Amino acid sequence: MALTERTQRTTNGRKPDGRRAHRSYLSYIDKSRSYYGAHGYPQPYQWAYNHEVAFTPLAKPLSESTVGLVTTSFFEKGREPAGVPVARPKQPYAARCDDALAGLYNSDLFWDKDNTHTEDLDTYLPINRLREFEAEGRIGALSERFYGIPTDYSHRRTQRNDSPRIEEWMREDGVDVAFLVPL
Amino acid sequence: MVAGSARDIVEECGVARFVFTDFPLGNPTGKPGDVGMQRAIVGTALDLLERAWLPRTTVQTPYVWDADDNDGWREHFMRVDDSNRAALAAAGEARRRDQAAAKSDGRARTI
Repeated sequence: MALTERTQRTTNGRKPDGRRAHRSYLSYIDKSRSYYGAHGYPQPYQWAYNHEVAFTPLAKPLSESTVGLVTTSFFEKGREPAGVPVARPKQPYAARCDDALAGLYNSDLFWDKDNTHTEDLDTYLPINRLREFEAEGRIGALSERFYGIPTDYSHRRTQRNDSPRIEEWMREDGVDVAFLVPL
Repeated sequence: MVAGSARDIVEECGVARFVFTDFPLGNPTGKPGDVGMQRAIVGTALDLLERAWLPRTTVQTPYVWDADDNDGWREHFMRVDDSNRAALAAAGEARRRDQAAAKSDGRARTI
């Protein structure tokens, strides 16, 4: 037993696989409830839950499909390219992938700023990686534009305003596959 | 297709296809500077687009954030315990005071 444990520790560096009293991955629903509860907010956030989930098979081979990236990051205030709204509260937007290559702004979003950073665009908006797959013929194309969606407290606004707007832009751009990378 | 690191939030919401990487929130498509890993995660998403046949299909990538201490970041994030409980309550109180003042001044609500 001890030998097995030691072997596992040296082979993968983690706590040995086997038994645990809790799930290994974090529950952000549980964490945020207790965190904001400790801040004195009695009403926990109501997360989206859907029993029915839509599924659409690919209509054509991936090598002929156009992929559109959706992000929850925005351009830094004052640095929005032409055509991207500067409005606050945030509005959904479409922008050229080339305009995002210098990085996007997301310091206002909720992510683990103590343990990592978002200075490498492809860790949260993989434009360069998808362009490589495009060059190799794995996908037909990466859409010239990507799309930004606000992380709004209002499910209603996300469902009724923001998502349909992004769908419209994707249709204009001939996007076949929506690829969302939320922070 | 969704690539993300908040497994429970995405799975409760329910999506067609989900590539889960068990990392701190911030880098759902791979570690900074690790092009090979980014490529593998995005490649997994492309494979899943072709191969999934039912909604709610989750694939977990094999990557580990910290091979020496992979529980440290989990324990640290949004931690609530006796060492910070009073500070968190005070921070919440200060925020509510600020929001109430903003409201009475007619200033926009801070988010």
